[in-house]
Amino acid sequence: MLVELGHYALILALLLAAAQAFFGLAGPALQRERWLAAVPSAACGQFVFVALAVGVLVHAFVTNDFSVRYVAENSNSALPLFYRVTALWGAHEGSMLLWILVLTLWTMALVARSRYLPPAFAARALGVLGVISFCFLLFTLATSNPFARLIPAAPDGNDLNPLLQDPAFAVHPPILYMGYVGFSVSFALACAAMIEGRRDQLWAHWMRPWTVMAWAFLACGIALGSWWAYYELGWGGFWFWDPVENASFMPWLIGTALIHSLAVTDKRGLFKSWTLLLAVTAFSLSLIGTFLVRSGVLVSVHSFAADPSRGIFILILLVVMIGGALALYAWRAPLMKSAAGFDFISRESFLLFNNILLTIAAAVVFGGTLAPMIADTLGLGTLSVGPPYFNPSFLVPILPMLSLVALGMHARWRRGGLKEARRPVLLALGAALILGLALSLGVYMHPLTLTPIGATVGLWIILAALIDPIQRLRRRQRLPASVAGMSIAHIGLGVFVLGITFVQSNTIERDIALKPGQSAQLGAYQFRYDGGQDIEGPNYEGFRGKVTITRNGAPVSVLYPEKRRYLVQGTVQTTAAIAPGLNRDLLAALGEDVGAGAWSLRLQYRPLIRCVWIGALIMAIGGVTAVIGRRQRGLAPQDERLALNAGAAHLHGEGGAR
Amino acid sequence: MNRFLLPLAGFVLLLVVLLVGLTRAPDKSILPSPLIGKPVPQFTLPNLFDSTQPVSSESLKGRWMLVNVWGTWCVECRAEHQVLLQIKQQARVPILGIDWKDQNEDAMAWLAQLGNPYERVATDRDGRVAIDWGVYGAPESFLISPAGTVVYKHIGAMTEQVWQSEFLPRVNAPAGTAAPPASPVSTAAGATGRGA
Repeated sequence: MLVELGHYALILALLLAAAQAFFGLAGPALQRERWLAAVPSAACGQFVFVALAVGVLVHAFVTNDFSVRYVAENSNSALPLFYRVTALWGAHEGSMLLWILVLTLWTMALVARSRYLPPAFAARALGVLGVISFCFLLFTLATSNPFARLIPAAPDGNDLNPLLQDPAFAVHPPILYMGYVGFSVSFALACAAMIEGRRDQLWAHWMRPWTVMAWAFLACGIALGSWWAYYELGWGGFWFWDPVENASFMPWLIGTALIHSLAVTDKRGLFKSWTLLLAVTAFSLSLIGTFLVRSGVLVSVHSFAADPSRGIFILILLVVMIGGALALYAWRAPLMKSAAGFDFISRESFLLFNNILLTIAAAVVFGGTLAPMIADTLGLGTLSVGPPYFNPSFLVPILPMLSLVALGMHARWRRGGLKEARRPVLLALGAALILGLALSLGVYMHPLTLTPIGATVGLWIILAALIDPIQRLRRRQRLPASVAGMSIAHIGLGVFVLGITFVQSNTIERDIALKPGQSAQLGAYQFRYDGGQDIEGPNYEGFRGKVTITRNGAPVSVLYPEKRRYLVQGTVQTTAAIAPGLNRDLLAALGEDVGAGAWSLRLQYRPLIRCVWIGALIMAIGGVTAVIGRRQRGLAPQDERLALNAGAAHLHGEGGAR
Repeated sequence: MNRFLLPLAGFVLLLVVLLVGLTRAPDKSILPSPLIGKPVPQFTLPNLFDSTQPVSSESLKGRWMLVNVWGTWCVECRAEHQVLLQIKQQARVPILGIDWKDQNEDAMAWLAQLGNPYERVATDRDGRVAIDWGVYGAPESFLISPAGTVVYKHIGAMTEQVWQSEFLPRVNAPAGTAAPPASPVSTAAGATGRGA
């Protein structure tokens, strides 16, 4: 009974999404002022009903209601309560429900902030969000209903995929979706600006905080996913260029470009049509990512719920959403002319390079992700595209981009090069060069040419990002949140670059069979296998080994890698044991029982790997700092609206709607 | 041409690629069983109902057989059970069940409750034999010829339609002219219970 209520709640949400889309788009167009008032109410109602539906499904999981097909397929009465809740997004149907819930959350946030926007503009943006929400609710109800019953009910459930029985998985999808779906707000604002044919650049000012927030969430989500893969897949890799990873990475790259081009549009009124295109593209890539993951077009370790029959449906939705937005772009973008110019060496030109290079990087990832499918379509046989393609090709645009970051940060708007920033930036470069060479040749001793380059670039970015805050502190000036946020985010980027550089060049890996008492040497560390014992968990049984690590005879850590067999699905899973550290990770994973008490073991030493995730986290913190600070600094709502009424003499007569 | 139309044009191109990829997706997502056309893998397994009479691969020969891999923990197996009972009633092809990664008591209770479509049931508790058969999820069904070769494999729940269109024509085809209607592997959309 309750389950059917959840189903009805979802249907009501669909109807409210339709109302939100209709009133939001038709209201301003037909100049019906009262229709505008219906838009926030429809959005709120939609949120309430979606939340209700999610609550009902969670209840079904918690109470082990195996008459619900989705619950029977993804849960089990022996599954711990915590994972019964997170099993909600353990497969396709629930993931879609989570997607919709996150979309309604962003919609509510826009409703809450819409008093800072002109009413007609806000209504249009909410109307576009209504269209997106309607599409996804329709898709879920028509092809992926999580409330479908299973008759007769299963006596017990099929259990959650063991890979997903992990704390990181509990938070990874919601945060990732907050990022992914968050770009829908930028998309909606861009569409609203294009529908209105605005010639000013205020929309860029409004779009900035939304884009930065979504971008920060996405950075956290991707980092969490990478961390999860690192210890849960058991083999110590942290990035596989898997289609599902790429699906979240491409919107992030374009989102990064968007943040930077928004700065130019907001401050200088340039790149308007380009910025709009990036805003449309960032969310379109999120949608295409969803298509790739959900339709089974690309086979991937992550797509645990792929189904080709859903593909056509998603494809139609893509035509409606992306095709609609791009048609709008082709129609309206020519109106958005940029008047001002800029010198070759100016912040504008550096940000332009940043945009071009990031877009190329995204295109490289996109091409690599789709190549296997295209090759198969053209009958060229099965093509496998992996790190050997991605690693070098990605570096081609990214390395120049990273080398320009330090200069771009300090270039001035419009003209004039670096001016007084020249000396500190060059000093930073010198210091970075010395430190980078010392680190890569002295400490880590690696002959690879790319290692000192990567170390120098990473350090240069960090040092250059510190110049502004230090100078302001010395002059006892206030540090505006936007500057602080930018510096923090760039420091994060530098930390990330350092991490990637050393983990790529200095990792030591050994696969070796050891009997109890035998040991293996990795760099300065000695790994000794001390045997193990059988173990039993709530829904698995397995074997736990013991590995003692010493360095020059001094104890460092004791690791307990496990091999688990999950009873219900019969899946065998390797749980690596990791001794984490800021400067290095030591990892041990069990391979196979090779007999006579010996086990094959995978042992790894990975320097600075934590910097990869910490760097991403610092970037996100930088983004959030800039957004929160902006609000405190920000114009009072009244001022902003006045500025708008004065500045935006609208051409497409929604005057009556205001 | 209006340069602002270029993104739309690129999107249309992408759509074509995705559409073509989509129509080809079903045969890509499954690997054809390398067993097709080969003799059945050798095995000897305990018999669920008679511990003195183990089930061996030798006993499959001499007539058409359907080998069905199932488990009481598998939701789709429950869905296909009625179809298996109907196949038993037709009495054309006997069914050998391989009870995969399961408990004997559970399996017996299940068959007592839902009816037993199987001629015999072999129990593969640790899943060793299923690995030889290339099973990566339950249910899966294999058609075995009188010569003891694997003729066809279906992944996912058996349905009336699959039985009529894929299995029976192969059984009815005269020996030597076993012209298969389509690819010797099929799959049910949304098959669940994917194991290791």
